[in-house]
Amino acid sequence: MKYMHLVWGNLRRKKTRTVLTLLSIVVAFVLFGFLSAIRQALTGGVSLEGANRLIVRHKVSIIQMLPIDYKRRMEKIPGVAAATHQTWFGGIYQDPKNFFMQNPVIPGEFLDMHPEMILPAAARQAWLQTRTGAVVGRKTAERFGWKVGDKVPIQSTIWAKKDGSFLWEFDIVGIYDGRDKNTDTTPLFFRYDYFDEARRAGTGSVGWYTIRVLDTSKAAAVANLVDAEFENSSAETKTEAEGAFVQAWAKQIGDIAFITASILGAVFFTILLVTGNTISQSVRERTGELGVLKAIGFTNGQVLGLVLAESCVLSVLGGVVGLGVAWLLTSRGDPTGGLLPLFFFPAGDLAAGLAISVALGLVTGFFPAMQAMRLRVADSLRRI
Amino acid sequence: MAGPFNWLSQVGAVTEFGILSMPQRRGSVAAAVIGIAGVVAVLVGVLSIATGFRRAMAASGSPDEALVLRSGADSEMVSGLSRDSTRIIAQAPGVAQSPGGPLASAELFVIINLPKISTGTDVNVPLRGVERPAVQVREGLRIVEGRMFDWGKDEVIVGIGAAREFSGLQVGDKIKVGRYSWPVVGVFSAGGGAAESEIWSDAAVLQAAYNRGDSFQSVFVKLKSAEAFKEFKDNLTADPRLSAQVLRQTDYYAEHSEAVTRLVTTLGYLIASLMAIGAAFGALNTMYSSVSARNREIATLRALGFGGGAVVVSVMLESIALALLGGAIGAGLSYIAFNGFHTATMNWQSFSQVTFALAVTPQLLVQGVIVATLIGAIGGLLPALRAARQPIATALREL
Repeated sequence: MKYMHLVWGNLRRKKTRTVLTLLSIVVAFVLFGFLSAIRQALTGGVSLEGANRLIVRHKVSIIQMLPIDYKRRMEKIPGVAAATHQTWFGGIYQDPKNFFMQNPVIPGEFLDMHPEMILPAAARQAWLQTRTGAVVGRKTAERFGWKVGDKVPIQSTIWAKKDGSFLWEFDIVGIYDGRDKNTDTTPLFFRYDYFDEARRAGTGSVGWYTIRVLDTSKAAAVANLVDAEFENSSAETKTEAEGAFVQAWAKQIGDIAFITASILGAVFFTILLVTGNTISQSVRERTGELGVLKAIGFTNGQVLGLVLAESCVLSVLGGVVGLGVAWLLTSRGDPTGGLLPLFFFPAGDLAAGLAISVALGLVTGFFPAMQAMRLRVADSLRRI
Repeated sequence: MAGPFNWLSQVGAVTEFGILSMPQRRGSVAAAVIGIAGVVAVLVGVLSIATGFRRAMAASGSPDEALVLRSGADSEMVSGLSRDSTRIIAQAPGVAQSPGGPLASAELFVIINLPKISTGTDVNVPLRGVERPAVQVREGLRIVEGRMFDWGKDEVIVGIGAAREFSGLQVGDKIKVGRYSWPVVGVFSAGGGAAESEIWSDAAVLQAAYNRGDSFQSVFVKLKSAEAFKEFKDNLTADPRLSAQVLRQTDYYAEHSEAVTRLVTTLGYLIASLMAIGAAFGALNTMYSSVSARNREIATLRALGFGGGAVVVSVMLESIALALLGGAIGAGLSYIAFNGFHTATMNWQSFSQVTFALAVTPQLLVQGVIVATLIGAIGGLLPALRAARQPIATALREL
């Protein structure tokens, strides 16, 4: 630490160069933050709570409906704590671009199944009492300026009411918040009993089931039991962990993780070159000075440390600033207008970013530092 | 002394200095070139996803092809039409005729889960039930392997994109749909359009397998001409027996490519502009070191009477030349790596997979080169000004 002023002095030697190098590192880490947020948005939504939940869908595809009496049969299967269902409503509010999910559910058992959705007790009570009641997530409520007591008209693309109309009206009885940051608070949920009675076709069918298992470690076995129960029926099922279901859904878009990793790889490789080059250049320019330091008694290790410290200070400073800027920018939310509800910079990736910034400093500093360490005093002084 | 020719030769002399001294600075020159190449490659690569997707969707219909859905349905997936409705639609004025009857195919559109080869996870693959006129309704559809399925039989043909991206879709394989198992008897191509992502069967067979009774989801129609669309549409929307919406296939597919295109281009530009900023810093660094390495030479030239303007222009030229080199490398790399690369993504409107080939178009390459030039210009300007403004005496005195 007592040589910090030396490191600092060296960095200030060519201010423009240092600032420019610093800025390119900052940009690389801003990009890192953005890509993390994008990846999170496309593959996220897997909460810890989901670990004990399974999704049961029709084996052929999710658009095929399942009978409502499967719930009773599922709850008899050993290892199943509870089962509840959802159905894809496919509604449009005002404009098809205003995409968010709306699903009919059975309020009590649905909320019990999803403790990560925080709904005030009064709102829960109101929902249980209002047949046309609906609860909506904070994000969507804020997006459209909905308040409790509002009546919202939603045009379904799939479900007609008995009078042939596709326009449904719901009374907002509550707004729920997410307990965790990766809880999606864009969907709207309304009551299945109202939906089932009012719809023209499909009565008694549901989209998919969510099961809570008693013991998470036995989830795979329970999934097999569920599928076996409905084998050879007219609606065979496919059961998988909620996390796997969400991941598979995200992978439909493409291999996000691979694309993100490739872009980041390209970026960091470039930054590595630029920074590495700058640092070795500045070490070359200082050959004489390093020789003097050695001549007055600095050990090889100390010289190595000095150069490494310089590159690490540069990259960690750049990393911290870049990650901070990314944090600020991504906290403004989804840049695409509704397509990515879970767009945020996960804390785990923030830590990974910091680790990468240290690694970047060590790697870029390594070769110039070795060069400096191996300098022979006589040679370096002669070069002046 | 101030003639344009003289000025040009001054520019030439200073530029020559810069270029001849490059080998001594190869590290920083390479860093700038590679940095810019990276930006251009990523920009062109990401945008080629959007271009390829849009191209596949655009190839999916021509202006004389129309699509009829239930009114209010935004995709075939959620639409529904009875047999009576589809009959009325086929008889409407404006529909092209063939010896076998009107060129209108009432179709079913469902999805089945199949594993994607690249990720190994299940994806929603579209399965379409068609009627006999379907092949004539769609221009450019032809069987490239095996044969067409026999009407009324439990057989399917698969699009060439689907066969490539999803497992179990080679001729001779069998696909399982519920309790049924249908052999794949042929592979078809459709001019690169969205149909290439689909599996096709006889609509009647699919109706039975999915308990759809006698209902359909859409009617694909070949019109007498592109102009006949208005007549066809007006007639159907005015018909009190129907509740239908009539779309040109081109419009339908353009609308369906919107979400994916918007997502990819927003994210693509975001990433590329950040990278461009980073690369501009790299270029600035390179040019500053280029100028400072030649401080004394430049000062000597100016003492001899070279103008400041010539110095600025030549430094800019050097920087832009490096940027163009980087841009060309990046554009070339992205063309080799991405053009024609086959992949599949989800069409957000129908929740089903669309296979397509990435398309690196000349426009994208030009866009990449423009970005490279801009980075080069920005990277060159400030160092150029510094070189030109530096007091000659100070620079000459420097060790």
